Amino acid sequence: MKRRARKSNAALSGKLIRRPIQRMFPIFLLPTFIAFCIGFIYPFAKGIYLSFCKFTTTSNAKWIGIGNYIKAFQDASFMHAFQYTAMVAIVSLIVINLLAFAVAYALTRGIKGSNTFRTVFFMPNLIGGIVLGYIWSMIFDGILSRYGTSIVLSSTYGYWGLIILMAWQQIGYMMIIYIAGLQSVPGDLIEAAKIDGANGWHTLWHITIPTIMPSITICTFLTLTNSFKLFDQNLVLNGGQPFVFMADGTVIRSTEMLALNIYNTFYLNANSRGVGQAKAVMFFVLVATIALIQFSATRSKEVQQ
Amino acid sequence: MKKEIARRKWLTGVFIVVCVIYLMPIFTVLMNSFKANAAINTDTFAFPNAQSYVGTDNYVNGINFGEYPFLKSAGYSLLITITSSALILVCTSMAAWYISRVNSVFARIIYYLCVFSMVVPFQMVMFTLAKTANTLHLDTPYTIPVIYLGFGAGLAVFMFAGFVKGIPLEIEEAAAIDGCGPLRTFFLVVFPMLKPVLISVGVLEIMWIWNDYLLPYLVLDRTKYKTIPIHIQYLQGSYGHVDLGAVMALIVISIVPIVVFYLTAQKYIIKGVVEGAVKG
Repeated sequence: MKRRARKSNAALSGKLIRRPIQRMFPIFLLPTFIAFCIGFIYPFAKGIYLSFCKFTTTSNAKWIGIGNYIKAFQDASFMHAFQYTAMVAIVSLIVINLLAFAVAYALTRGIKGSNTFRTVFFMPNLIGGIVLGYIWSMIFDGILSRYGTSIVLSSTYGYWGLIILMAWQQIGYMMIIYIAGLQSVPGDLIEAAKIDGANGWHTLWHITIPTIMPSITICTFLTLTNSFKLFDQNLVLNGGQPFVFMADGTVIRSTEMLALNIYNTFYLNANSRGVGQAKAVMFFVLVATIALIQFSATRSKEVQQ
Repeated sequence: MKKEIARRKWLTGVFIVVCVIYLMPIFTVLMNSFKANAAINTDTFAFPNAQSYVGTDNYVNGINFGEYPFLKSAGYSLLITITSSALILVCTSMAAWYISRVNSVFARIIYYLCVFSMVVPFQMVMFTLAKTANTLHLDTPYTIPVIYLGFGAGLAVFMFAGFVKGIPLEIEEAAAIDGCGPLRTFFLVVFPMLKPVLISVGVLEIMWIWNDYLLPYLVLDRTKYKTIPIHIQYLQGSYGHVDLGAVMALIVISIVPIVVFYLTAQKYIIKGVVEGAVKG
């Protein structure tokens, strides 16, 4: 079928399909292409260039080589933000995936009301980061004010607060992916295992989990990239507070994640924009690397099947 | 078997409790939107009582709060979301069809650049993008759709191209033989077949643009134009003493359309949102 389609493609569609469409380039591709250049290609290329420059605005850029990158590495707040983001990413990855899998597993047992429960769990996902941040800062402060403290006063509360917020937002999403995976586990395989005397844990461990490995890979990487790119929630929940003032005059915002650190480097001080852009490039390399690892991980799984 | 039924009933009970707890944050916001400011701080989790109940005061205050009317922000949010999503759907589906059918070197380069753009975080381009938008006067709610089209093209082109590859060429050939030009072939034959992806991409774009904060915040001329997320953030950020009740009321107003949208088109929303992630 495929081969025949390709053959007719070569013979016929050149005249019938390909060339007529190609002539329509200004209508079909050009609008998207121009917008793509404005919205992505030019800003991206210019961003790479500016990371090697000293500038406060795009028109006064002066080439200074890798100085911005060296400064970014020497910036204690950037290193702190990186560590903090990694800690958030790892813990939220474990919490979200364990809970999402547990919920998905229970909701595929055919219990009453499964669909309603699913609807409820997924709903927080649709609320935007800014609003989510306010909802939860109100709730945490409602609890913490009884003990005379607040979410912006303690980095421990800020950390766990953010984990709870992210779990609330993302569990439903990951649950849907796990449910799709669980529904594709062949029923006769589980039946056969039961007949062979396997108990619930054995079937889960030796049959269900190996079959849904693709879902696990997807969810793992999704939670990972979500954490690294997190901005709105971080900004609103506590904005990186509490701040620690160092002896040399620098400020470490103790609950500030990478994206917010880059933003602050750009907009709190116009003179550090070059460093901010260098940080942004490194941030991009980091996120792209995670995506590449994910891509090769899902690829190798597909080959096995 | 009896044991299994009992266990299922028990599990349903557990989930009812968990779901109620899960919805608590939203209930709490709703409750607090009817309470006086002082009560929100001290008795966050109490129902409004005779003393703390203020009726719809918070809603009235919230809408009139600050020197910028909330309804204007809501209007701009709606305008930007609808025009940007529509522009993305039409333009990128055409582009994706061109790319997969023409398949020239240039088309393939564009395709791979689109795929590449999906892994680039917004912080990488935010400064230069905002400056570019400013220079080209794309910083109003009427022109910002171009920016959304540009920055959002990657995922949309990727999803459309993936689907177009699965459409047998014979259908388009038949249309061409019957005398359809590319435009008619696309809009009368191909576009209707794209319906499932159109819905998925549409849901993804709507959710993204409606909730987006940083892009419009940096691109738009903020003194003149605000969206709902910018408006809410600005209330909290720019006043020493925040009218918490008013903020709660505005949060309720901004969540209601989402919840209604979700409950009416749940099936498509879940499918769309998840498909975008799984494929991207």
